[in-house]
Amino acid sequence: MADTTTAYAQSDPHHVRAVEYTGPASKRIVTGYGFWIFILSDMVMFSAFFAAYAVLLGQTAGGPSGAQLFDLPNVAIETGFLLASSFTCGLATIAADARNKFWFQIAMAITCLFGLAFLTIEGREFASLVARGAGPTRSAFLSAFFTLVGCHGLHVSGGILWLLTMMAQVFAKGFRADIQRRILCFALFWHALDIIWIAVFTVVYLLGSAA
Amino acid sequence: MTNGHHEIDHNIDIAPGDEHFEGGIGERVLGYLTGLGLAILLTATSFFVAGTDLVWQPSIPVALVVLAIAQMGVHLVFFLHLTTGADNTNNVLALAFGVLIVMLVIGGSLWIMANLNHNMMPMDQLMQMQR
Repeated sequence: MADTTTAYAQSDPHHVRAVEYTGPASKRIVTGYGFWIFILSDMVMFSAFFAAYAVLLGQTAGGPSGAQLFDLPNVAIETGFLLASSFTCGLATIAADARNKFWFQIAMAITCLFGLAFLTIEGREFASLVARGAGPTRSAFLSAFFTLVGCHGLHVSGGILWLLTMMAQVFAKGFRADIQRRILCFALFWHALDIIWIAVFTVVYLLGSAA
Repeated sequence: MTNGHHEIDHNIDIAPGDEHFEGGIGERVLGYLTGLGLAILLTATSFFVAGTDLVWQPSIPVALVVLAIAQMGVHLVFFLHLTTGADNTNNVLALAFGVLIVMLVIGGSLWIMANLNHNMMPMDQLMQMQR
């Protein structure tokens, strides 16, 4: 034992490696890291849709372009709702860490409402585009638009189902360690969706209506 | 530290999204408020820049991309608590690899398709040849 300790110290005389081996990582770290990898792969999938949108931006087949279709004030309100929901999701994380059921449920409920407001605005935008004859079948540009933005909307819808599940699980089972891990993963997912939305509103709406 | 992050040590890894914090709940809320404020500022600037005539027009797309990347950074730091600390190395390296793949997919697609468009005959002429 003493030999290995001495050998270790000599192999790292300046203490570059600050800690010695402390055993396997805790389950919270393993779960969170695995979910982080999933989120990154999800972002890679989104990057393919972004690439398709960027390539097809000009392919309107004689149909309406982004500048004629997009309603930027509407998108700004949508962005505000999703950003606010990301913030309240963070507050829910803090409440979960403090094991405060009341504030956790309040913050999650507000997150849910903001998410639903976001989806409502997006749904109305899609409905109005289709009603104006600018549905996904109109041009390659609109196919790419509906695929990219719709895929993000589907993620948000799935996130809301997950959010409601977490509220129910905390209500029924309390802040057990496994429930805390699921809350961690949910928070990662929800914040990641907001990061993807930054790319969506910049590339699709702001750059798309400039082009 | 009684916030449910069990036996967190400064030198051991922490889960992505978890926060190293000795402070109380108030300070953590303040961290999220800072992030929210910066994000609102950057978003508002983006929407303002997109519609303004005050700046040189060709600079607008570049400005929008820079603002978006800055806001992503704000979200990563203040909401996902990604830091440069030793406990976050694994999380940051995974992110770096993800960013590399994203850049390859988007940049590669744009590059290839721009070349293809440049080298191909316009579609209407192509259609006429096939008749």
